[in-house]
Amino acid sequence: MRYVEALKIAIRSILSNKMRSFLTMLGIIIGVTAVIALVSIGQGSTRSVTSQIQSMGSNLIMVNVMGRGGESSLTYDQAIVLKDSNFIAAISPVISTSVTAMYGNNSVDNTTVNGVNGDYQSIRDIQVAAGRFILPMDDEGRNRVAVLGSNVARELFGFTDPIGKTIKLNGQNFTVVGILSQKGSSIAGSDDDSIFIPLKTMFYFAKNRDIRQIYIEATSPDTVELAKNEINSKLLTIFKGDTNAFRIIDQSQILSTVNSVTATLSLLLGGIAGISLLVGGIGIMNIMLVSVTERTREIGIRKALGAKKKDILLQFIIESLTLSGLGGIVGIIVGYVLSMVLGSAMNINAKPSLSTVLISFSFSVIVGLFFGVYPANKAANLNPIEALRYE
Amino acid sequence: MDNILIKIRNLTKIYKMGENEVRALDGINLDIEKGEFVSIVGQSGSGKTTLMNIIGCLDVKTSGEYFLNGIDTSKLSDNQLADLRCSEIGFVFQNFNLLQKMTALENVELPMIYKGVPTKERRQRAQMLLEMVGLKERMHHRPNELSGGQQQRVAIARALANNPHLILADEPTGNLDSKSGSEIMKIIKELNERGNTVVLITHDPNIAAQAKRIVRIKDGRILENEVVTP
Repeated sequence: MRYVEALKIAIRSILSNKMRSFLTMLGIIIGVTAVIALVSIGQGSTRSVTSQIQSMGSNLIMVNVMGRGGESSLTYDQAIVLKDSNFIAAISPVISTSVTAMYGNNSVDNTTVNGVNGDYQSIRDIQVAAGRFILPMDDEGRNRVAVLGSNVARELFGFTDPIGKTIKLNGQNFTVVGILSQKGSSIAGSDDDSIFIPLKTMFYFAKNRDIRQIYIEATSPDTVELAKNEINSKLLTIFKGDTNAFRIIDQSQILSTVNSVTATLSLLLGGIAGISLLVGGIGIMNIMLVSVTERTREIGIRKALGAKKKDILLQFIIESLTLSGLGGIVGIIVGYVLSMVLGSAMNINAKPSLSTVLISFSFSVIVGLFFGVYPANKAANLNPIEALRYE
Repeated sequence: MDNILIKIRNLTKIYKMGENEVRALDGINLDIEKGEFVSIVGQSGSGKTTLMNIIGCLDVKTSGEYFLNGIDTSKLSDNQLADLRCSEIGFVFQNFNLLQKMTALENVELPMIYKGVPTKERRQRAQMLLEMVGLKERMHHRPNELSGGQQQRVAIARALANNPHLILADEPTGNLDSKSGSEIMKIIKELNERGNTVVLITHDPNIAAQAKRIVRIKDGRILENEVVTP
């Protein structure tokens, strides 16, 4: 009963000063909107990065060789014997170099060429749009064939069908046997701008047999750790126990690194937005203090008529809660719309989660409560005689 | 004994102003019976407003005793004093003290809200009271749409809301022209005739003379206690 009356008084008071109430709420609205939009976008981009990493293949293990002293790389044989394991399904050493690719008068500079073997397709889950990928027989035969990333194919050939055509890589002829599907950029770099040739062809093409990068596919997600341990011990033998000579990374490691980065980022964004909520709360306190002073006489009258401290306290706290709560609700709506719009513009799913909405709303209410208590207490403790005399 | 509404014994009120002590009330003794119509008269600075504040439970004494309807007010907490104001005392102020944002009806309902009277009953009683003071047609107007006399009648209706024993009127005609003023005095006299105890604080001898008893106060002391013979 008492709460209903206090709520009625609060609503009446908010309505009687529409402009001021709106401006007061604006602080909370902006705060809640910012929290919801920023946190949702943060979470949305985290989800999209996560799914990109997962699309690299959950069994993927990457080995980078930095070397030690004279031994800065592995030989092909040293690399390929890593496959002698129950836990490893496929392995592809990779040698990369940068070339100028030409077809007729079209050329593309500084394109990455990767020398890979036939296993690479399944390790990286590569989709071919036309033709085929590098096959084991290409590798064994040191065939001069190339598979083009979608961007490279478009730049060199335009609307011409590239399959079967001959391109020049640094002046040497290669026959195009396949085109990759468009993949979009990912955290692990994009294959769209790359060219793939057989690894053993690469040995001659780049005059380089040093293996510094190996892609490995474990037999299942459960054997990733076992495979890593095995690779680690084999490489330690090769590099004479120097753990800094190589690095073994799997997808879950990348995922957890990226997740910790994005979590920090989301927290930071949320924190900045939270500060604007806090500032909104200070705005509420400011207005409530003005309101208490303005209504000193009203408070005096109410007290003379029998209002207890509690009644006055309740009236002002409910008023500030109503302001912050209404601001919170409007903020949720605006924040929701904003995240959806920004999300679709950034091509991520930024739908605010229920917990984000609930947390930011309750934070706005807590802010209203916190910053409403002081003015309300000031009002409740007014001396009725002095309040009645106040002009 | 049962018939005494206000019993004041040796009441003092001292204000401290820096180093100086101001004795606003200095040993007041006063009994007011139920159903009386008493006016308290004095110049400004005589202590009559302080006395009214203490009688109205808005202020607390420095020493002495004050019983309202047998209740020792010195033993009450702030909340209990608020309850006492709510149900035992009806205030009528010189400047009406109505809430400007509320209609006449809502203003009259206000004391009943604090007493916890259910909405429906509250509304009915407020309508009845406004009808009684002759404002049936204007109950949905706000104070600034009413004349001074009308506003004071709303205030009287409000004072009666919780059917208090005591009506405490502080210069009720002070802000009114003589015609409205005499209308208000007529209503107050009627209230007294119906059995309400009325204490009227004024500096105007003509208004004071309309009460049944006049208490004159000067420098915080009661000068004389005279019964008016009509």
